[in-house]
Amino acid sequence: MAEKSDLIVRHTPGERLSHWIVAVVFLFLFLSGLALFHPTFFWLSFLFGGGQFMRWLHPLAGVLLAVLFYQYASWVWADNKWLPADTEWRKHMTAYMRLETHSPEGTGKYNAGQKLMFWSMVPLIAVLLVTGIVLWQPWFAPYFPAWARRLAGILHAIAAFVMFVGIGIHWYAAYWTRGSIRAMVRGTVTRAWAQYHHPGWYREVAGKE
Amino acid sequence: MALQSLDIKNRSASTSRGPSARSTLEVAKLIDVSRCIGCKACQAACMEWNDLRGEVGVNEGLYTNPRDLDDQTWTLMRFYEEQIEGSLQWLILKDGCLHCSDPGCLKACPAPGAIVQYTNGIVDFHEESCIGCGYCISGCPFNIPRLRKEDAKVYKCTLCSDRVSVGLEPACIKTCPTGALHFGSKEDMLFQAQERLGDLRERGFAKAAVYDPAGVGGTHVVFVLPHGDRPEAYGLPKDPSVAPLVAIWRSGVARALGVITMFSVAVAGILHYMRHGPNQVPGEDGKEA
Amino acid sequence: MTNNWVDIKNADVVLVMGGNPAEAHPCGFKWVIEAKIKNKARLIVVDPRFTRTAAVADTFAQIRPGTDIAFLGGVIHYLLEKDKIQHEYVKAYTNAPFLLKEDYQFQEGLFSGYNAEKRSYDKASWGYELDKDGFAKVDMTMQDPRCVLQQMKRHYARYTPEVVEGVTGVKKDLFLKICETIATTAAPDRVMTNLYALGWTQHSVGSQNIRAMAMIQLLLGNMGMPGGGLNALRGHSNIQGLTDLGVMSHLLPGYIGLPTEAEPDLKTFLEKRTPKALRPNQMNFPQNTPKWFISLLKAWYGKAATKENDFGYDWLPKNDKPYDIMAAFELMYQGKMNGYFCQGFNPLASVPDKAKLLDGLSKLKYLVTIDPLPTETSSFWKNVGELNPVDPSKIQTEVFRLPSTCFAEEDGSLTNSGRWLQWHYKGAEPPGEARNDVDIMADLFLRVRALYAKEGGALPEPILNLSWPHLIPSQPKPEEIAREFNGKALADIPDPKDPTKFLAREGEQLATFAHLQADGTTACGNWIYCGSWTQAGNMMGRRDASDPTGLGVTPGWAWNWPVNRRILYNRASADPSGKPWDPKRKYLAWTGTKWAGADVPDMRPDAAPSEGVGPFIMTPEGVARLWAPAMTDGPFPEHYEPFETPLEKNPLSPKEPRALSNPAARVYKGDRERFGTAKEFPYVATTYRLTEHFHFWSKHTRISAVLQPEMFVEIGEGLAKEKGIRQGDQVLVRSKRGQIKAKALITKRIQTLQIQGKSVHTVGIPIHWGFEGLTKAGPLVNTLTPFVGDANIQTPEFKAFLVNVEKA
Repeated sequence: MAEKSDLIVRHTPGERLSHWIVAVVFLFLFLSGLALFHPTFFWLSFLFGGGQFMRWLHPLAGVLLAVLFYQYASWVWADNKWLPADTEWRKHMTAYMRLETHSPEGTGKYNAGQKLMFWSMVPLIAVLLVTGIVLWQPWFAPYFPAWARRLAGILHAIAAFVMFVGIGIHWYAAYWTRGSIRAMVRGTVTRAWAQYHHPGWYREVAGKE
Repeated sequence: MALQSLDIKNRSASTSRGPSARSTLEVAKLIDVSRCIGCKACQAACMEWNDLRGEVGVNEGLYTNPRDLDDQTWTLMRFYEEQIEGSLQWLILKDGCLHCSDPGCLKACPAPGAIVQYTNGIVDFHEESCIGCGYCISGCPFNIPRLRKEDAKVYKCTLCSDRVSVGLEPACIKTCPTGALHFGSKEDMLFQAQERLGDLRERGFAKAAVYDPAGVGGTHVVFVLPHGDRPEAYGLPKDPSVAPLVAIWRSGVARALGVITMFSVAVAGILHYMRHGPNQVPGEDGKEA
Repeated sequence: MTNNWVDIKNADVVLVMGGNPAEAHPCGFKWVIEAKIKNKARLIVVDPRFTRTAAVADTFAQIRPGTDIAFLGGVIHYLLEKDKIQHEYVKAYTNAPFLLKEDYQFQEGLFSGYNAEKRSYDKASWGYELDKDGFAKVDMTMQDPRCVLQQMKRHYARYTPEVVEGVTGVKKDLFLKICETIATTAAPDRVMTNLYALGWTQHSVGSQNIRAMAMIQLLLGNMGMPGGGLNALRGHSNIQGLTDLGVMSHLLPGYIGLPTEAEPDLKTFLEKRTPKALRPNQMNFPQNTPKWFISLLKAWYGKAATKENDFGYDWLPKNDKPYDIMAAFELMYQGKMNGYFCQGFNPLASVPDKAKLLDGLSKLKYLVTIDPLPTETSSFWKNVGELNPVDPSKIQTEVFRLPSTCFAEEDGSLTNSGRWLQWHYKGAEPPGEARNDVDIMADLFLRVRALYAKEGGALPEPILNLSWPHLIPSQPKPEEIAREFNGKALADIPDPKDPTKFLAREGEQLATFAHLQADGTTACGNWIYCGSWTQAGNMMGRRDASDPTGLGVTPGWAWNWPVNRRILYNRASADPSGKPWDPKRKYLAWTGTKWAGADVPDMRPDAAPSEGVGPFIMTPEGVARLWAPAMTDGPFPEHYEPFETPLEKNPLSPKEPRALSNPAARVYKGDRERFGTAKEFPYVATTYRLTEHFHFWSKHTRISAVLQPEMFVEIGEGLAKEKGIRQGDQVLVRSKRGQIKAKALITKRIQTLQIQGKSVHTVGIPIHWGFEGLTKAGPLVNTLTPFVGDANIQTPEFKAFLVNVEKA
């Protein structure tokens, strides 16, 4: 076990709690959405108390996810501003993935890959929220014309799959980048980890000490 | 259920095929608009037979009452005043489910067995399986199904499948005083409809036509329209079909794309890890980060 | 109906005018559709609105309310001018060849003999010229200028297509097109039927509207023909039964007139009521009136009616003046009527001028309503805001509500428009304390009789002597009453043709009214219903739907008065030699020895054509009347404006102000002041029923209430634009007598008409709402209507009056 002084805080308890709630809600949304997306996957509804209950819960969970996500996003908004180092990172992304290089010197709390993920989630969730409202029976759907509901159905599905691709990468990256999961579970990382993956951020944290 | 499982041709959200051993006559309701006097007896009979009692509404300056189809109104007389070729026409259409051969509702429904199509052509909702998503409403090219807020179930004309299964005609047919409504085999109904066209053309309705739209594979409610070139004047879509967006959404291609997407993400991750292993801080190998 | 519902299918042309059967009679309307489909019939609709009947018509003409005689007079003019009449028929079967008296005159809308003070005619100059035997003189060439046909030509010469257009608003081309179609049925093998209802009767010229059409049908040879006739569509399922049974203030059962003060004894009464034949060899069937009338008295007073006491004639009421419904409410209004029994009737909604009615009802000591539903009449004392703005504390009338059963809760017979008596069976038990009408009346009668027996009083005989032969006196059975109407032999009735035989033995039910006697040996509650319950049983309950000739005649289905005859005057379906006019419609023919065919002949069965017995057996002439002196307001129908008219002059008699509106119609003192003028009320209003509702009953039914929930008025696009009224707006409709609020239904189906050079808007007002029931509460439309009726039978003028409309 590392010395206490060797660890620095990366995620506050609030952030971690929020993140994991979002994760669970997303999992539910994705699986129940899959059940609603295509009859082939309808069996997934049995995981969630049957089709009718699942159908009722899905839009409510969607709103919860959006609220929590955008709240979370507001916390990390500043940390996701694009920096010159991110452009550098972006250029060498393939090398980075091949482990031939690591984060450039100026990399902040989040690297460019994480930021791309963040900035794709921000509009995607908005699309899902809006199209979801158009589809939401019985409260909102009746107020939209058929073409809008049909279009919303398609867009909702496309957005959901794009989001799934993003979240899939997110999961893998978390597993691949050792120390990330611990960071989101326990909240802390080693100084070495911080210095290696997010040198810019580490300097900032260390400077404040 | 009155009609047996043997008679179920298609079932929503189900991958298995329906039984085909037993053959049934395809049925149809013929609505001869040229004989319809808009008396609403069919509407009343529908409410009587199905024990539906809507609210007493308000008059919004229309003969159409209630204003729209709803969970208590499965058939509705709609009234249109049209000036056609210089003469005033009061077009009256009995609105309700057309029981498409290619039903958009069934295609859109994600709940297995919530919508079934019988071999006789009736498209029926089995509300016990309905999950209230309303996709059928978006799927319907005729804007027919209506969701009931109180129970989040969708309702529409059943073509009195309960009556038909025991050899009775639908309640509306039995009630129609002028013979504007007929019920029988689809073949007979089309034959009768064709016969009516002769009389109508002789009376000056040169464009009288039968409405049995091919875009949805034909319907099991067919109309004789005196102004057959203008179904829109009666509130009927000119060339209805299952909306392309709904068709794409519900297609195998969409499902395949979905599955492939999920699969590719998983495979890509595994391959990448196999090739490159974990991304860890040098020197911290084996050490818990 | 001279014909019947099913028979409509035999028509080549169906003229719907003064009615809206698709909405008011949707079930019967199936036969119009049948005629269109199976017979290629053309349907013509003439109406102030484009109705649901018009929606399936081949031709529609919008007419200004109250101008039907102008239109029909124009048709008569067309037929006579173009010589599109069925000559042989007109000559042989109508009074066209009859000569009129020399002193008959017609000038500027007034017939000879008019008395402006009494608002009535002295008809002395309206008679036929008679020969020395008392028979009418005829000119079979029909060329004599005094013969009916020539007089008619002269009378209707003024009704040119241009005049028709200027009065009715129907464009000349359209009018002529309709005339042309109508005229095709002058051919013996083409027939037109006419369907009308309250659209004709509810006018101050109501009876003459119908007369005008009857004349057209006679000119065309369409009376007595299958697919022809003059067909009144009755507005209630049993309103035909009501009139048949004489539930009118001036009638006894079987259309025998109620005695008046001028007929103090039986002899005078029978002399006045039994006509003498006006042509030789005629059946003059009403000559049997004594048989019908004395049998009626025997049915009512039983053994108490004897030859010595004139069969109880003295016990019948003798009218001193009219007591029609408007007269009754006038008396109430004047405080001269203290109590009122209101059975199955909602007069607060059905009689004109609601404010006046409320006033009248408030002056009563007591009001009894017998009805299955809580009617507005029974709640007239209730304040319902502007819908019924009364002050209950100022009303002393004691109101008794006696809940009765509805038709489905009792056995009995209903008589439809086609005169079919159809027996029906109870479908459900009545709710709560409801008792059927007969039981209520029986209970009342027994109590009143007990009081008379105990206390005596003025003239107790009519009550004490009334025959009451019911097994359970407080609950007479429908079967018992039906048997009484049919009648029975009170003694053996010998057969005049064979003295060894009997027409009926004592106590037997009679088979036909031909067996009725004037000597008190038969009893019959209603001569025209004789044959409905014979020794063979209940004929009304028969259900054999077979139609052996394919002409829609089902002799084994129910029972048709008279004597199961399905088409009246059917002898006229054959030519004078006894051969059917139309080989396609072989209805009745002379076989050489008797009349036979699809129906019961309306003719003495053995009357050979050579005898020259006319087919219209109910007239003393033996022929039908193109000229009808019996009418109160003129022997020929003449156009008069409604009492509230947008015009200042009658376009057909502009120089005679007294002929603006029907000069012989009764107007009570004070009511004229309650008529509005076009200046203040510029729009013509007409009232009507909708298919979703039945009068003021079905608003108590949830489904009907859903189908047509709220009061509205129909306004043409032209007027709506002028007034800035939009679809669904609340509007205020005012007449001189009151105002109502309703939703606006803006429609293309009511066009602005050009009448005498000015634009006339029509406002359509459906009648079905009120302040009781399940629909949205709404105004009673008679708040607006004028207190004036038809000159002959006082049917209120609900179909044409003046209003103003504005956004509320």
